Amino acid sequence: MNFDDTPQEAEFRAIARAWIGANAPKQYEEDLRKSSLGRTVLRNGNILEVAKAWQKKKADAGWACLHWPKEYGGRGSSPIERVIWQQEEGPFGQLSRMFIIGHGMCGPTMMAFAREEHKRTYLPPLASGEKVWCQLFSEPAGGSDVAGLRTRAEKDGDDWVINGQKIWTSGAHYSDYGILLTRTDPTVPKHKGLTMFFLDMKSTGVEVRPIKQASGASDFNEVYFTNVRIPDHQRLGEVGDGWNVSLTTLMNERSAIGAAVSTGFPELFEYCSSLMLDDGPAIEDRAVRSKLANWAVKASGLKYTSMRAISALSKGERPGPENSIGKLVAGSMIQDVATYALDLQGARGVISGEDAELAGRFQAMLLRAPGTRVEGGTDEIMRNIIAERVLGLPGDIRVDKDVPFNKIPTKGRS
Amino acid sequence: MNFDFSDDQKQLRDQARKFLTEKCSPKAVRVVLDGKAPYDKELWKGLAEMGFLGVAIPEEFGGAGAGHLELCVIAEEMGRANAPVPFSSTVYLAAEALLIAGSDAQKKKWLPAIASGEAIGTLALFEGNGNPSPKAIKLTAANGVLNGVKKPVADGAIADFAVVAARTGSGGRDSDISLFLVDLKAGGVEVKSLTNLDPTRGQAEITFRDCKAEPLGAAGEGWSILTQVLDRAAVLCAFEQVGGSDRALEMGRDYALDRIAFGRQIGSFQAVKHMLADMYVSATLARSNSYYGAWALSTNAAELPEAAAAARISATQAFQHCAKNNIQVHGGMGFTWEFDCHMYYRRANAMALGLGSLTYWEDQLIDRMRKKNAA
Repeated sequence: MNFDDTPQEAEFRAIARAWIGANAPKQYEEDLRKSSLGRTVLRNGNILEVAKAWQKKKADAGWACLHWPKEYGGRGSSPIERVIWQQEEGPFGQLSRMFIIGHGMCGPTMMAFAREEHKRTYLPPLASGEKVWCQLFSEPAGGSDVAGLRTRAEKDGDDWVINGQKIWTSGAHYSDYGILLTRTDPTVPKHKGLTMFFLDMKSTGVEVRPIKQASGASDFNEVYFTNVRIPDHQRLGEVGDGWNVSLTTLMNERSAIGAAVSTGFPELFEYCSSLMLDDGPAIEDRAVRSKLANWAVKASGLKYTSMRAISALSKGERPGPENSIGKLVAGSMIQDVATYALDLQGARGVISGEDAELAGRFQAMLLRAPGTRVEGGTDEIMRNIIAERVLGLPGDIRVDKDVPFNKIPTKGRS
Repeated sequence: MNFDFSDDQKQLRDQARKFLTEKCSPKAVRVVLDGKAPYDKELWKGLAEMGFLGVAIPEEFGGAGAGHLELCVIAEEMGRANAPVPFSSTVYLAAEALLIAGSDAQKKKWLPAIASGEAIGTLALFEGNGNPSPKAIKLTAANGVLNGVKKPVADGAIADFAVVAARTGSGGRDSDISLFLVDLKAGGVEVKSLTNLDPTRGQAEITFRDCKAEPLGAAGEGWSILTQVLDRAAVLCAFEQVGGSDRALEMGRDYALDRIAFGRQIGSFQAVKHMLADMYVSATLARSNSYYGAWALSTNAAELPEAAAAARISATQAFQHCAKNNIQVHGGMGFTWEFDCHMYYRRANAMALGLGSLTYWEDQLIDRMRKKNAA
């Protein structure tokens, strides 16, 4: 049990630190440090352009997607080196959130299922941020029931023809490629009739419509497919095996989101350290201290849980379903933390944006937080995963399990 | 970086689990719970023979000289088995106080006796009013004799010696407190057993009347030593609590798989699944915080005070959470004397208070985090 760098790790850290010190876009450091779950706003720059430039610079010097193999644009680093890099990259790591879907989910799925020539063509520009990828799984009627999707893919010569609609697609409005889960056989039970593809988002018949969220921002989109043609060689995995392919993506999604998700605690602690209440500094108030302590141990518990996972990973173990706890705990925590910060602000907590305390940081957090508890699987789905796959409890009863997809009822009260 | 126990340490854990599964069944725990014995003497002897009591005591003082990571591993298993022995008071509190502040002669006298199971020790700190604080200590020490009352003292009725916190100055400052070592079998001591939430680990009231005592550590250093002892004990107790949390979760899970209601295993109902998932989450967070505490303890890192408070809070919450929901999963049966659920519920709630309450440790954690941020 130790936290000290080995001599090799210390050497890696020193090189990484020196490179970041010399190359990071320091003019944005302050803005990035202040962004948490609310929107990252760069006062003097477009976030996508800044993120792409930083990613490209990293890629050219061999610092992009550290754990990917070199031939696909990565560095072939160990999990520990990846952690050291993240520690050293600090607030500049916020910029890679723009690529989290591509790097965390699409890339690993391509690596596991794409043809070798496709991997060599598509992965390096994904790693370098020159091309952005999105993940087209969810549908309006789907929610947590991902396998209930209705977007059809029908074979036509060497192509597949796609018709249907996806939703909640992060970053589709600036994505170049996407991985797409479709239904190729509606006459078999739902999990068995799915097939996965990747496609060019500029293909004829793809239409992206941004969704305005509760927070007022538009990070997600609806994506419509009208007679979109995808060549068969862009299929990932076998026809009808799409569910298995998607499980690879979803497992990577949980660890990617879990690792990156913020708890809001450092922001709250900092805020309470300077905030003056009527009776004195907030941090000296007994009730405030109790709240802070409770969240402090959740935040540190998450941090050290991920370190335990990294230690296991570095010994060659696979990331397991226990990684679901990161998002489960952090999701509701950030919502509670934001609510509490506003409670401390009293009546003025209602003001958001530039006129609010800390430029509306906690207000932005509050309005974004509900999404965190839903995206990548709701809290309830996360608890099911822990209960079933970690604790070995029985699965939920599924009445549609052995029913052909086209015989499953689609309406409740009619 | 490697944030895990070593293979040797895991082997020690397996060995301890196997030993305790054989020698410390719930039936054996019940002998003490039902008041038929003050503690499990046979088990205590066995633990000494296995080398578990002296695992972190240096070889020159009769121990195994392995270290604190090894002690953490044993502690987890003691908690898992709900062992009815004075392990925490003797090994975490008394032995650690001796290791930190004892003279060579004091260490030579008591540490080998602890390792061999011949001496039970404890820490006499509280005087009935709340949490650790120099102001709360009224017992006085003057000219080498103690006068005053300590209550509650963990395992006080069976202890052979005690580390006693006494007032040697007149104010409420840290430097007004000194520690003393008292042979409880000598004169001037009156011990009364107290009923308590967890009869598997007794509590006592000890009255000192012109009782002879020898100083432990320098005069006026008592509070500083105590703080170190409590931090170390907080990490070690956290491992007991983690062991207890895991066991309570396991009992709940097993029952949910066995029990059928409405024609289904109750573990197939989402309400029950989610309750068990939440128990797993709190136990996992507590385990991770405790691992950090173990690292800080074993390396005597500057982070120990903060890590210890975090481990203490997290593990206390987890054990209470798992123990109470284990009863809930069991329904009415869980509330009977006959089922074992209440043993863990009792232990969880007693342990939550033993080193000072959650409120106290929350306060400590925030103070320590502020200090770190200011530095």
